Amino acid sequence: MSSPLDGLTIAGIRKGLEERKFSATELATETLRHAREENPKTNAYLHFCPERALEAARRVDERIAQGEDPGPLAGVPVAVKDVIVTRGVRTTCGSRLLENYIPPYDATAVARLEQAGGMILGKANCDEFAMGSSNENSAFGPVRNPVAPDRVPGGSSGGSAAVVAQGTALVSLGSDTGGSIRQPASFCGVTGVTPTYGRVSRYGLAAFASSLDHIGPFARTVADAATLLQVIAGRDEMDSTSAAAPVEDYGKALTGDVRGMKIGLPKEYFSGLASETGGLIQSAAECLQRLGCEIMEVSLPHTQYAIAAYYIICTAEASSNLARYDGVRYTSRSTSSGTLSEMYRNTRGEGFGSECKRRIMLGTYVLSHGYYDAYYLKAQKVRSLIAGDFHKAFEKVDALITPVSPFPAFKLGEKLADPLEMYLSDIYTITGDLAGIPCMSVPCGKTAEGLPVGMQILTRHFDEAGMFRLAHAYEQAAR
Amino acid sequence: MKITEEQVRYVADLANLRLSNEEIARMARDLDEILTHMEKLNELDTDNVEPMAQVLFETGETATLRADKEKTPLSNQEALACAPLAGGGYFKVPKVIER
Repeated sequence: MSSPLDGLTIAGIRKGLEERKFSATELATETLRHAREENPKTNAYLHFCPERALEAARRVDERIAQGEDPGPLAGVPVAVKDVIVTRGVRTTCGSRLLENYIPPYDATAVARLEQAGGMILGKANCDEFAMGSSNENSAFGPVRNPVAPDRVPGGSSGGSAAVVAQGTALVSLGSDTGGSIRQPASFCGVTGVTPTYGRVSRYGLAAFASSLDHIGPFARTVADAATLLQVIAGRDEMDSTSAAAPVEDYGKALTGDVRGMKIGLPKEYFSGLASETGGLIQSAAECLQRLGCEIMEVSLPHTQYAIAAYYIICTAEASSNLARYDGVRYTSRSTSSGTLSEMYRNTRGEGFGSECKRRIMLGTYVLSHGYYDAYYLKAQKVRSLIAGDFHKAFEKVDALITPVSPFPAFKLGEKLADPLEMYLSDIYTITGDLAGIPCMSVPCGKTAEGLPVGMQILTRHFDEAGMFRLAHAYEQAAR
Repeated sequence: MKITEEQVRYVADLANLRLSNEEIARMARDLDEILTHMEKLNELDTDNVEPMAQVLFETGETATLRADKEKTPLSNQEALACAPLAGGGYFKVPKVIER
């Protein structure tokens, strides 16, 4: 079924508004209607917030009527992953524990995108507290991949990727701790960006693993993803880990000219890969070569240790961060409890899903007395080695390209029985998070079965402009 | 590596997490498999490697302190709005101290 967003981009919406082809209110109303009709096919939205969307639309229409600048996201329908808080709009984190949580404040990224004229239609489904690679860990049911409904959309930001692929939002916000933006973007055939650690404020993002968490955009085009990042990036006094480094003008990087850029293919990322995926990445590399890039092989020798290091660090941090869900302040509370201690235990035992419990247990174990040095400290040292691999590679090249996932979207239920197998599928995405460098997934074709495949681009800290330059040039050439 | 159900019970206690007997059995198997994979890190000699606790990058001054300005905090009513049990302007919990 056709979407009111078909053929539209952020710039296209702006033009339509200025030429009075439609109003922001009409676009919000039509997109909401379409999204409500289509949503049962994927379960990508958990809930809608029409009043908030229409209020945002009214402000945009008013500004345009008065001849004022309506902002860089004027009239753009947006979905927000449900781990990012929205004042007055239910924010569940995909968890039973927060089923009825109505936050009293807005995340900084949410406030910024609304100030820029964006219209939030609703909250996107995700794995519980962003823990998962398939969106099957949501307490409110899995999301189906809009491209292939018997398959997962990826995770944990599965809903945020699906709404963009489905045309029920133009762009969306997701979060990425170990691939949770790039992997679903690749599975659903859209663009997803994990910016440099600290580039976007995490104020209002439910904390999972604080040394790894990022907020980032999903979009259909590189230009739209860049525009959304431009709006939400930058220092925020509410998040002391947000970086003060100036935000470049990403739009200026989208020239199509990548002549002379040096690009590395890390050899460790091309073994144990589905052959179709490998072939598509090779073709993309050849395309970049034709555009004037210099392609060379590089080595990131500690890649094979990344899964172990990542799952020690992220579960350790998660076990601490998730301690706050205790039945006292904002979560639901178990009703079968006599003492305070029983109340904590029962609330958490009844409220958390199995993946969250597994990660809390792993994290508590690796931090427990006698194991801290053997696991947590060791993993932090290995993290240094992995980050060092990237620093060395970037002495030789300007960007790296790799697959996003070893295989395209898998079937619902296929990997649920074996948690380690699910963790191992994150191999190509978690390294970028461990190093804190910017990385993104850009569509690079489909398998014979019609399943989308994404190419990952990684660049130096704060070189989002270089990453967008390359992604945009490839996108235009591959059209 | 062999994780016993007794170890799982001990860690669940540390984590304030009630697990059923079935969950404990499954957890012992899962943790065992995952922790065995993590032993791979022991292949690496990291004696002279600094641990990386945070992402560090070269950038201009990152002010970690904000201006000491008065701001309206979240109101008591807003803070309690989602509490499972509140009363008299406080969060209420089961009795902690027995007389």
